[in-house]
Formats: sequence, C-alpha cells, structure tokens
Amino acid sequence: MTVTPGGDVERTPAAAGAAPDPGPRTPLDVVDVRRGMFGAHGSGDTSGYGGLVVPVVLPGPSARPYGGWFDEAVDVLAELLEESGTGFDAAVEAVVVDREELTLQVRREHLVEVSRHLRDDPDLRFELSLGVSGVHYPHERGRELHAVHHLCSVTHSRRLRVETTCPEEDPHVPSVTTVYPGADWHERETWDFFGIVFDGHPALARIEMPDDWPGHPQRKDYPLGGIPVEYKGATVPPPDQRRSYT
Amino acid sequence: MSTTTATGHVVDDDATGVPSFEASGGDWSDIAEEAARLGEERIVVNMGPQHPSTHGVLRLMLEIDGETVTEARAGIGYLHTGIEKNMEFRTWTQGVTFCTRMDYVAPLFQEAAYCLAVEKLLGITDDVPERATTIRVLLMELNRITSHLVCLATGGNELGATTIMTAGFTAREEILRIFELVTGLRMNHAFIRPGGVVQDLPPGAVDEVRSALTQVRVYLRQLEDLMLANPILKLRTQDVGVLDLTGCMALAITGPVLRSAGLPYDVRKAAPYCGYETYDFDVPVATDADAWSRIVLRLEECYQSMRIVEQACERLEAQGPGPVMVGDKKIAWPAQLALGTDGMGNSLDHIREIMGTSMEALIHHFKLVTEGFRVPVGQVFQTVEHPRGELGVHLVSDGGTRPYRAHFRDPSFNNLQAVSVMCEGGQIADVVVAVASLDPVLGGVDR
Repeated sequence: MTVTPGGDVERTPAAAGAAPDPGPRTPLDVVDVRRGMFGAHGSGDTSGYGGLVVPVVLPGPSARPYGGWFDEAVDVLAELLEESGTGFDAAVEAVVVDREELTLQVRREHLVEVSRHLRDDPDLRFELSLGVSGVHYPHERGRELHAVHHLCSVTHSRRLRVETTCPEEDPHVPSVTTVYPGADWHERETWDFFGIVFDGHPALARIEMPDDWPGHPQRKDYPLGGIPVEYKGATVPPPDQRRSYT
Repeated sequence: MSTTTATGHVVDDDATGVPSFEASGGDWSDIAEEAARLGEERIVVNMGPQHPSTHGVLRLMLEIDGETVTEARAGIGYLHTGIEKNMEFRTWTQGVTFCTRMDYVAPLFQEAAYCLAVEKLLGITDDVPERATTIRVLLMELNRITSHLVCLATGGNELGATTIMTAGFTAREEILRIFELVTGLRMNHAFIRPGGVVQDLPPGAVDEVRSALTQVRVYLRQLEDLMLANPILKLRTQDVGVLDLTGCMALAITGPVLRSAGLPYDVRKAAPYCGYETYDFDVPVATDADAWSRIVLRLEECYQSMRIVEQACERLEAQGPGPVMVGDKKIAWPAQLALGTDGMGNSLDHIREIMGTSMEALIHHFKLVTEGFRVPVGQVFQTVEHPRGELGVHLVSDGGTRPYRAHFRDPSFNNLQAVSVMCEGGQIADVVVAVASLDPVLGGVDR
C-alpha cells in the first residue's frame, strides 16, 4: 500500500485484485471499480472510508419469469433460433430485465439473424428500429464497446433493447442495415463516436465529425478538452479538470 | 494536370480521369458555358450549408441533370457541439441545461424526455407530483404548437410566401410570451428537472394561457385561409416529397411524416408517459404521403394540442397550488426562487433558513448543488412524441453523480435520411419543399 501526496491510499496491484477477470462469462457485468466513499480525491483520508472498494455492477441476467410479455417474446425468439439451428444459448448471452425494460444481450455473430427474427415473426414484429447508440466501458475487459439497438413494435406496442459487445482490439459488429435500413445513419454515428466498425454497412463514413478527424470522441479515454476561463480574477478550470465526485 | 480556366474554375482531370470542375462563386452563365464546353451534362451542386432553405446548416449534395435531381445526399455535422459528451461531465440536474439546447425549436421535449429517463433510473416515476406532470404536459403541448408554427412559417417563407412566415411567427410569439412568464426564458428553459419542474406557475398564468390560445386561434385561422385553399401552395406541395408507408417504416421515420403515410403512430397513445392516456385528443392521419398532407396534418395537430392544453389548464385550476418537485430532499434541487429587485433571484427566506437557522439544511443545499445526487446503476430508454417524431433518450448510469452515457435519438437526425428518397427524380425546386416537409432542426440533428 502506498499513500499519494494528495492523501489517497493506493493499493499495490497484487492487493488491488478488485477487478475480477471476466473469464468466459461471469454473471456480473463489472463496469468500473469505485474507490473511497465520498467521491472526492486528493483531500486526505481522515475518515478511513477512503479504503472502500466498490465494484460497479450493471444489472445481471434475470431469472424467469421475466414478467408481462417478456416471457412470451423470449420463448418465440428461442423457438425460432432453435428451428434455424443456431440455438438460443449460442445467440443470446443473457436476458436482462431491469426497470421494466427488456434487454437481450446478443453475441455479435448472430446479431443480424436475431434482428431478422425480431422484425419478421408476426408474434414479435419489431418493425421499427429506433436507432443504435454506443457505450464505452473501458473496464469491462474483452467487452469494452457496446452497440445498443433500440427496437419498437408498433403492431404490439412493445419495446426492447438488443445489446451487442465487441472488444476494443477487434471493434467489429455486423451492420443491421439489411434488416433495418433506417439504422444507416445511427451506425455511422456510432462508428464516428466510438469507432465500432459495422461490417456490411453500405458507406460507413463519419457523420458528425469532419472526415479527417483523428480518434473517436465519445470514448471514455478521449478527453473532453477545454481551456481555463478567467472570470473576475478567479480561474475556472475546464469541466473535466474540476473537482468532481465520481 | 490542373488548369485554371477563364472563369477561374479549376479543371482537374488527372485525379479521377473524369473531367470535374469546382466552382466556388461567379456567374452561373459562365459556369454553365464552361460545363457545356467540357461536354459535361452532370453537375453536382452543393446546396448549403449556409443556404437559407436548409433550416440551419444542412448541406445537400445534389447531382443534377438539367432541372432534375438524379442523386441527393445530405451532409450534416456542421452544428455538432458535443452535447452528449459534455453531459458526461456534469451532474444529472445540469444535464437538462445541455439537452434543452439540442433541438432549440422544441426545447421542452428534450428536457421532459431526459427527466423522465432520469426518473425511471431513480425509480421515482410515480413520486413526481401530479401538478408537475400537468405543467410538463401543458408546456410540451404549447411547445408543439410553436414548433409546428415555425415549420409552417419557414416552409411558406421558403416558397416565397412571406405572409405565411409573418403570421406563423406572430402566433408563436404569443406562446413564447407564456414561456417567458412561466420559465423566465423564451427558449433553452431548463425548466423541467429530474423530479418535477423548477417552480409552480406564477399567479394568473392559466388565464394568460387561455387568452394566448384565443389569439393563436385567430392566427391559425389566418394561416389556414392563407394556405389551405392556396392554388400555388397546392401545386408546389401536392405529390411532392412523397414517401409511402413502406419507405417510412424502413427508414424508421416517425412523427407527422409517418402519419401522413397513413399510420396513426403516436408515442402519446402507443406508450403513454406524463399521463397522456388520461387526456382526450385525436391523432390526425392522412394517406397522401406528400408535403401537402404534412402541412394539413401539422395544422390539425396544433388544434389537438390546444385541446390538451385546455384540459391541462382545467386540471391545474382544479389542483390548486401544490408541490411541483418530489418530496425526497436528496433529489429535489433547492430551487426556492423569489422575485428580487434585479429580477429573478434566490428566495431570501430560504437563504435565511439555511444560513441562519439550520446547518443541516445548508450542508444539504451545498452537497446537492456541488455534488448532485447519485443514480443507481443501469440503463433506460425513454421516448416521447416530439413535434418531429419519436425522441428517444438512452441513459446509462454507473451509480455516480453524472450520466455515464447520454444518447439522444433525435427525430430530425433520423428523418433526414429520407431526403434522398424524397428528392431523387424530382425537380431541384422541389428539394426545398421536401426538406421543409421533414422539418429538420439542425441543432437536434447534430447535437
């Protein structure tokens, strides 16, 4: 254990061990590890709470019954995937029900097939794609980049989320533009901001940033930027360098 | 080999093997002459990003053959300001001041959608006071009218009908006055906050809303007289910018454009929020799927919004003054305001209490304002019916005091994908009509 000049206690790597190895598939989605209790760093720890280590864990897989129409929809999808020979467990990593919302965590190899089933089957009929958004979890090793597809069924008045992950070293996810042409620009935006390459996209060019922009701005390791501003004699640092409570 | 020609345009036939020339100004007749000399019929024209008919800074790349558009592509990103990235560096409450600036013509919808999403993450959806929800509905529906009025007004202006513009903007002004009365600002309100709204309506606001609606009705009647029987407008917009239901569904188009193709899909009916299921209103639909039917639909939607506003006014009167923020003091932003000599200011009573009598209240105020509240880990997706379609908010929390990720599925961003389909094969003049019928707002598109 070492103490930084600011007063934070830093553990040696061996003692840290708090970020568990994700392994093949742990039931916990460890996103981050939070240290200390009050979020403020560098102020000296007089309370003793500074040594707290709390893993940040996303809601994990849910057990049946999922509730409402979720069970029925998952059953229909499972049936279709078994019929096609892919197998439900091979395609869907986990079913997460949180805050009355259904998330299917789908392995990227089977994303297009799952999307096609979700769109075409009359009992599912998620015909409206409400876009794709990326999320970057730099601490989730091997699953750093997430592409989240939001689907809506106008026919049945239902919504669900299809989440696909890919590692930073191999940031490839198949494009769903063949199933949902409207995902075109959304995938371009996700490529632009997160650097996820959507294989099979007709023209995966940057959309918001200039074409020659280096880097992908919405990744967590990309700085926000900004300059200190002087106001009435005081200097206000840029937002990412202000004291924060994380 | 690059050669500079008499008109100053660069001809470069080495790079592509195809003679192309770049014109960045000058007389059109000179350019056309040179094009004729080169024997090239195909011209690529950049319309925008500063063209007045592109609703801001939309860039349209048009490949034209004579007056016919053979290919149309939209280029966006000129107004990208990194709002989503910025939100990751501010507290959950501060996020409202950022997202309200996205689609600046309909700011209250971003605020409402974002706050509904934060409330869902916090699990306090049912704790939001009834009165706050009613005020949200009132403001959103008034905002829908202003947004549609801007669409009709600018759309008319782009076709040369300045009177439509003046009538539309004058009507909008009536409602902006209400916004100023209630929120203190005409746009970028940051009035809706996680847990409720900033403060209750000022005295007499409901009466002001009613009298404004009377005025708006007069202006709307004027607009209808100007537009609905206008043969020029009909000729310019009927059968222009057509996108049928299949096309709309494929491209995930929502809002008036989808409803003009015959599907009565409205999030207020399909997945009600803010208690919309308890209001009595209709979803107007058309089947012609052209720019004209979208004009008619937007006019009708203004009347439907007025119906909701009237019901909201009745409820607000019946409710009487009451709390407009959740009771949980760990979440409710201490927004005790009073009118000072210099305009809006902090309530002196509140300052007296926290500075003079209760140290706990002071600590609480300080912690909440500097640190903010923590939101449990998880992600949600919340959509609302925006004047331009379905606005979605995807929020991810890591249990901290700031959003881990905030993504807005802006309807204009998605709907602009339809520009190619709507414009290709049509006249170049119809591009303006088709884009106006999509009603894009580039602040929302680029965020």
